[in-house]
Amino acid sequence: MTMTHMDANSHAHGSHPMPPDMLAGTVAERPIAGAGLPEKITVRNLDFFYDGYRALKSISLPLYDRQVTAFIGPSGCGKSTLLRILNRMYDLYPKQVATGEVLLDGNNILSPKQDLNLLRARVGMVFQKPTPFPMSIYDNIAFGVKLYEKLSRADMDERVEFSLRRAALWDEVKDKLRQNGMSLSGGQQQRLCIARAIAVKPSVLLLDEPTSALDPISTAKCEELVDELRSDYCIAIVTHNMQQAARISNFTAFMYLGELIEFGNTEEIFTNPTKEKTSEYITGRFG
Amino acid sequence: MTMSNSATLATPIGGLYHRRRIANKVALSLALGAAGFGLFWLVAILWTLLYNGLSAINLSLFTENTPPPGGEGGLLNAIFGSLIMTAVATFVGTPIGVMAGTYLAEFGRGTKLAEVVRFINDVLLSAPSIMVGLFVYEVMVVRMGHFSAWAGAMALAVLVIPVVVRTTEDMLKLVPNSLREAAAALGAPQWKVITMVAYRAARNGMITGVLLAIARISGETAPLLFTALNNQFWSADMNAPMANLPVVIFQYAMSPYEDWRQLAWGGALLITVAILLLNIGARLLAGLGTTRK
Repeated sequence: MTMTHMDANSHAHGSHPMPPDMLAGTVAERPIAGAGLPEKITVRNLDFFYDGYRALKSISLPLYDRQVTAFIGPSGCGKSTLLRILNRMYDLYPKQVATGEVLLDGNNILSPKQDLNLLRARVGMVFQKPTPFPMSIYDNIAFGVKLYEKLSRADMDERVEFSLRRAALWDEVKDKLRQNGMSLSGGQQQRLCIARAIAVKPSVLLLDEPTSALDPISTAKCEELVDELRSDYCIAIVTHNMQQAARISNFTAFMYLGELIEFGNTEEIFTNPTKEKTSEYITGRFG
Repeated sequence: MTMSNSATLATPIGGLYHRRRIANKVALSLALGAAGFGLFWLVAILWTLLYNGLSAINLSLFTENTPPPGGEGGLLNAIFGSLIMTAVATFVGTPIGVMAGTYLAEFGRGTKLAEVVRFINDVLLSAPSIMVGLFVYEVMVVRMGHFSAWAGAMALAVLVIPVVVRTTEDMLKLVPNSLREAAAALGAPQWKVITMVAYRAARNGMITGVLLAIARISGETAPLLFTALNNQFWSADMNAPMANLPVVIFQYAMSPYEDWRQLAWGGALLITVAILLLNIGARLLAGLGTTRK
């Protein structure tokens, strides 16, 4: 499915080899990453403060629609902070302030007039630790759907099945939908959380280190899942695992000490970074 | 090399180790002694209660009202009065306690108001119950001009509230924030997050709190002395004085009549067993909550 939009825009490549003409270009004349792709989210001059401490410093970058953007960087560099701004999760806590602009389909979501619940229904999020609700697998998924839609029993059944299938969990749980969601294994719980996020039909998915608490097999399943989902959503993923970023993302943003050091095509970032700091990080010399 | 090392080390560490072992033994025996001392009195009380109370337990205890001195009778009116007042008190106190506890844990985090409320609640939690009785006496009994079961139930409700506030807040604070964030990330408004997710996660603990509150009020005597008083006869009128186990025990145990004292033992055993069962139930529920997580 990556192929379909590969045709539409030659600059987006999943794990596909780079077209030779781009490899030929020198660093200086490299084209703007992803030029021509529709921007789902545009971040402009974003600053973020935790109780006065400046955690993000004038971040500007685009998140393209139907592309996976990975955020990498050492601990504390602000990747998760940035992600939590995109659905205004930080608003749950006092003394956290974001300034600048974050445009979602052209509307500034940092505006005080933005309805937070509606925003979060459009921008789904999956967290580092699986967080199933203390209710049945079925209700875990129906919970979010019921908030904004009145579905008949049959339609809800269909939505639950759709989400679980999309999250590659259906076959494992179809006979125990009434069981408590906490009874699943860690990897299944995380896929349940992804299914739950998909069920409310968001257009953006934020994944905050979704596999760091999972075993290798569950991690592989989740990565396959992200690969599946990229055709329908704008996906942003924070990861500590550089191989993971290289495997599943189209674009990569490298952050360091609250600054965006480099943003570009994943292949370019990993094979031919322009900044010294980036190459040091991806070669494992620090972080 | 290693041999000589261990040999040189053996002396100083050996001495230190020896002293530690003795200190450990002394501390352990002191702790055991203290525990044994406390347990001894507990067992002694339970034994006396069983020894004297069991003979008073019979069918008429549950089917007949409190008798005049020398007459045949039971504790039916007192059991009924205690049950109904405890039920009303729980019914009134639980929602208030749950809502206040929810405010402290969910809405008021870190605010001055919450700190003040929490402090006052802690004071209320350890306030002598006789003061609560006097308070309700002033507010209700004096104004109404007579003792009543309503006043008794309200006094007990005032005792329920701080217990429920405390456990509700504690249990909600145990619910991981990540669960709240996950629900909020789906676009759930805060009240939905609380009622649908946080309450569910904390449910067993919160029910435990209510059970403990019931256990606490079912043995309270002082607040009822000033409010529901007592009634020698059967009465289901909430506007009139009503019999209840603690006050009946208080009166009968102090009386010179052997059969009254016998009934008091029976009533005391009844309350103790009821509280014991409530506590066991609360423990089981709380245990259920931890194993499910």
